Amino acid sequence: MTVVDTPPAGVIGTRRLRREDPALLTGEAKYTNDLPIPGALHLALVRSPYAHAKILNIDLSAALAAQGVVAAYTGSDLQALWASPMPCAWPVTPDMKNPAHYPLALSKACYVGDGVACVLATSETAARDAAELVVVDYEPLPAVTNLEAALADDVVIHDEIGTNKSYTWDLKIGEDAVTQAFADAAYTVSERYVQQRLLPMAMEPRAVAAVPQPFGGDVTLYSATQVPHILKIMAALTCGIPEQQLRVVAPAVGGGFGSKLNVYAEELLCLGLSRKHGAPVRWNEERTENSQATIHGRAQIQHIELAADSNGKLTAVRVRLLADMGAYLQLVTPGVPLLGAFLYAGVYDLPQAYDFSCTSVFTTMTPTDAYRGAGRPEATYAIERAMDALAREVGVDPMEIRRRNFIQADQFPYTAMTGLTYDSGDHQAAADKAMEMVGYADLRARQTTQNVDGATKRLGIGISSYFEMCGLAPSRVLASLNYGAGGWEAATVRILPTNKVQVVTGATPHGQGHVTSWSMIVADKLGVDPEDVDVLHSDTAISPLGLDTYGSRSLVVGGVAIDMACDRVLDKARKIAAHQLECDAEDLDFAGGVFSVKGSPDKQAPLAGVAFAAFTAHDLPDGVEPNLEAHVTYDPPNFSWPFGTHICVVEVDTETGQVDVVQYVAVDDCGNQINPLIVDGQVHGGVIQGLAQALFEEAVYDADGNLQTSTLAEYLVPSAADVPQVTTGHTITPSPTNPLGVKGIGEAGTIGAAPAVINAVVDALSGLGVTEMPMPASPLNVWTAIQAAQSTTVQEGNA
Amino acid sequence: MIPAPFEYVRAGSAEEAIALIAEHGDEAKFIAGGHSLLPLMKLRLAQPSVLVDIGRVQDLSYIRDAGDHIAIGALTRHRDVETSELLAEHVPLLKHAASHVGDPQVRHRGTIGGSIAHADSASDLPATTLALGATYVAQGPNGTREIPAGQFYQGFLESALAEDEMLTEIRVPKMQGAGWSFQKFNRRAQDWAIVGVAAWRRNGDSGVGLVNMGSTPILATSVSSALSGGGSIADAAAQAAAEAEPQSDLNATAEYRTHLAKVLVRRALEEASG
Amino acid sequence: MQITVTVNGTTHAHDVEPRTLLVHYLREVVGLTGTNIGCDTSSCGACTVHLNGASVKSCTVLAVQADGQSITTIEGLANGSELHPMQQAFMENHGLQCGYCTPGMVMAATSLLEENPHPTEQDVRLGLEGNLCRCTGYHNIVKSVLAAAEGANA
Repeated sequence: MTVVDTPPAGVIGTRRLRREDPALLTGEAKYTNDLPIPGALHLALVRSPYAHAKILNIDLSAALAAQGVVAAYTGSDLQALWASPMPCAWPVTPDMKNPAHYPLALSKACYVGDGVACVLATSETAARDAAELVVVDYEPLPAVTNLEAALADDVVIHDEIGTNKSYTWDLKIGEDAVTQAFADAAYTVSERYVQQRLLPMAMEPRAVAAVPQPFGGDVTLYSATQVPHILKIMAALTCGIPEQQLRVVAPAVGGGFGSKLNVYAEELLCLGLSRKHGAPVRWNEERTENSQATIHGRAQIQHIELAADSNGKLTAVRVRLLADMGAYLQLVTPGVPLLGAFLYAGVYDLPQAYDFSCTSVFTTMTPTDAYRGAGRPEATYAIERAMDALAREVGVDPMEIRRRNFIQADQFPYTAMTGLTYDSGDHQAAADKAMEMVGYADLRARQTTQNVDGATKRLGIGISSYFEMCGLAPSRVLASLNYGAGGWEAATVRILPTNKVQVVTGATPHGQGHVTSWSMIVADKLGVDPEDVDVLHSDTAISPLGLDTYGSRSLVVGGVAIDMACDRVLDKARKIAAHQLECDAEDLDFAGGVFSVKGSPDKQAPLAGVAFAAFTAHDLPDGVEPNLEAHVTYDPPNFSWPFGTHICVVEVDTETGQVDVVQYVAVDDCGNQINPLIVDGQVHGGVIQGLAQALFEEAVYDADGNLQTSTLAEYLVPSAADVPQVTTGHTITPSPTNPLGVKGIGEAGTIGAAPAVINAVVDALSGLGVTEMPMPASPLNVWTAIQAAQSTTVQEGNA
Repeated sequence: MIPAPFEYVRAGSAEEAIALIAEHGDEAKFIAGGHSLLPLMKLRLAQPSVLVDIGRVQDLSYIRDAGDHIAIGALTRHRDVETSELLAEHVPLLKHAASHVGDPQVRHRGTIGGSIAHADSASDLPATTLALGATYVAQGPNGTREIPAGQFYQGFLESALAEDEMLTEIRVPKMQGAGWSFQKFNRRAQDWAIVGVAAWRRNGDSGVGLVNMGSTPILATSVSSALSGGGSIADAAAQAAAEAEPQSDLNATAEYRTHLAKVLVRRALEEASG
Repeated sequence: MQITVTVNGTTHAHDVEPRTLLVHYLREVVGLTGTNIGCDTSSCGACTVHLNGASVKSCTVLAVQADGQSITTIEGLANGSELHPMQQAFMENHGLQCGYCTPGMVMAATSLLEENPHPTEQDVRLGLEGNLCRCTGYHNIVKSVLAAAEGANA
């Protein structure tokens, strides 16, 4: 199915510049904390400095006496505001433990940064100054920061559930076959990897403003969120607000990466307090707060075992996962490991022999939740590193072990052992293209000359071939995973009387360029200028139905919904045009915005005229309602399955442990591309985020549960000076499951990158006996790994 | 992130600044570029009650040829040090080291005097001027005095400056014809060095300063002794950490720092000898 | 304390608390919200503006230190409805996604070209070391700045 890029017929497939940019480039765009909100009270939270402590007493008196302070509250003071605890929408098992979690802690603080009290004041400065005057008596309790120790329940964090274990979730296919495969295997590998905790670090910290209409009863919540629609439902339920009285708006949003896919304490506090005080309440997050109070990502310990036959062909995969939930379950915290659970066999053809089990534990650290890729980067990392380990066992090139195991192009659609169907793919083609682009054979030759004994600058080549399931998702599949909502998306397409088009989307852009891409889809479909297409979004008063943007779903669900809505509009327009041209609707062609009669191309009805006729409604065929508009709610029949091969080339300085990425090639296949400019941008950013996990970033906690990397001075988000160019390439294998033939691309780069980088580092050091490499592969960690490998080598030599 | 409240006074001259500091006592602090102090104040790790702004003392921003040395006014911004023709000719090591401080925005604002007076062992310029055998000039209520760089750094963020003294000038001996090298090892370009080395060699002489290898910037005298005693670069580099007292932190263990110092000193000496 | 600051060519006089940071002054007192705040530690560069023509991080300058000085913010870069060549280059090269780091990135980039009109790719990368972006992976930002330099030199 892989085809060579063909020149596009319309605007789809062109590198069209973004309509979003001028407002963003000039400072005209308004993020939440840019909004002028007269009379707003400012909220500041008092946060626990202890990872785990009983709250004995809270003295608000000094804060209440401070200048500008309007009110101050403890958690108990505000319990009447909540109809229920904060929501977790993904109870993955019936017996999952989910401790009650309120916007302010009641009797116990469970992580550093847990809110225990709050202050309302007339300015942000006054609120923050007063928050420092709140005196809290704590009885510190032992912190729980080690996952394996947490499981032992020596210190139980949530007394009411009596254990630190939240759930165990299994996906076991052919248990006896797995046992047999390992017994019969010619080769096995058994690897343990640590997915370090990461901080999402969207450049815009969170910000919230709740504006009530005290007499009318309505309230508008502005929030730097990815999910205004989900937030509206959840906030209405949690605060006991009739849903029709709550409007949620996401203004310009400065990146999310999953960290703004949530329902946060500060959103609920602003909402509840604005209603209580009858005044707007706003809160702006500082970066240090963002590090502590916004969700974290990854944080899993992975144990993966592969069994293979004498050719290195996989015969079974066994995975044991220990996942860190953090202190509480946030919106989809427990589901993150499940999003990876199906992917531990990666892009490889595996018989019915798959044994996955995940156990999740509470710790006294910030809650984790979905972070770019959510479960899939973790799974891809494990299988791709393990495949390199298998290649070493078998004694073949890492690309050769992959070639022997790839699902073949002619096997698609491929029903995997997990029961999921992979829509389309050609892994060998993507791998071949990546090898060609990077100059694989030459690099291997150069490596042989360069990595001689005593060499201190060692070349390494790392491969990662990935498959990912995104475009969340078929509602029935989500139901089978106990997810608390569907996976559809809504779209309305409306042709205005002047032949301008209004699109309403339930997707919620925060940097992805939806306005540009959606207008391109509509332009080609309706034969209008993309500039004439207005895209409305991110405001529940304008776009009442939607399930928002996460999981690389916007185009493959929301974009497809728009495409289908255009079809429905055209169906109706066709009837009106046929009426005007006095022919049968089936006798009409539509191209370039004009209906014409088959065989008599001079008999035409331009869409503009049809739209105006639909508006005036003076002469419509019987049974046809005025106006041209259609609403579609699209529930996808399958996930979308983008794939690709990334190859990373590094040079490792064995004296210092420094890793330099000298080349990075990403070949991704996301099916048809609406706007290749935006696709490449997603890949560039995704790759660097994955590379940052591999080389730079880690949320480090000390034994007392203090986050030691809570600022951007310590948490090393890399700059332009620290990362390489990313060379992108694509194969195009359209998805057969949607009419646009598209697949998601928002997370692919991040999913592919980390294993490519670490495999390259290990490859560079293989001559020194290094096989283990933690993330991040910081100079210290690389140097330490080299020392460890060499001391082992020396001991073996002496034995 | 907003600093705690403070009183702000602006000095028009060094004399005025010193008088203001004397008047307000030990709760007062000088602010020049503010790039060492303001970040600490925003995190409320520093809460001075009075800031004496010396940023407008124009006559302390200069780079002059003073015969056997180059004289640099304490309020000269990193950017001016980084682009100085005079330093390029006479002390290229310092010019180069200044180009590694922070990032361009920091270098547009931060001053050499502020960096040295802050006496942070992790900063680039204290160790570099130490390696170069610089002399610092301090002005107090009773006039000026010269403090050799070797006697200036007394502890973690502690210098020989009295509370009522202000650093006014940095004097750096001319180093024409010397080989030099600046090795800054960090994880991100904008960060402080995990370990840094500033080194120069000329004939039998040498100077090696270490960044972030103890509570103060370190002058690696054992390295220079080894070289002047005829030792090889490798032998000398093995002595790199003899004077150091490295700490462990998120980026490095003390052991790794010691190892890095040896590697980087060797590389610096090789480059300076090349 | 009373200060007078020229912002984008317009003179403003205000009474401010000494602890007011320049970025808060610009956003909350002058009302120019294009300059963003992304961190607490002078690390991210989102708040970059020009102070007397050179890039600075306005979160690490007190408003009182800017008294009598001239500031340019992102709002002062375009000429009427015509984008500044650097803004145009960012648009043409898809040098932005969510846009939050963009004002600071553009201000840092214009200052960079002012000082080095003919940068190499490495010069651009190092010149932007003080600005963090989470969306673009920097690839297209670097491309944008190089394109702007080429355009200016053409």
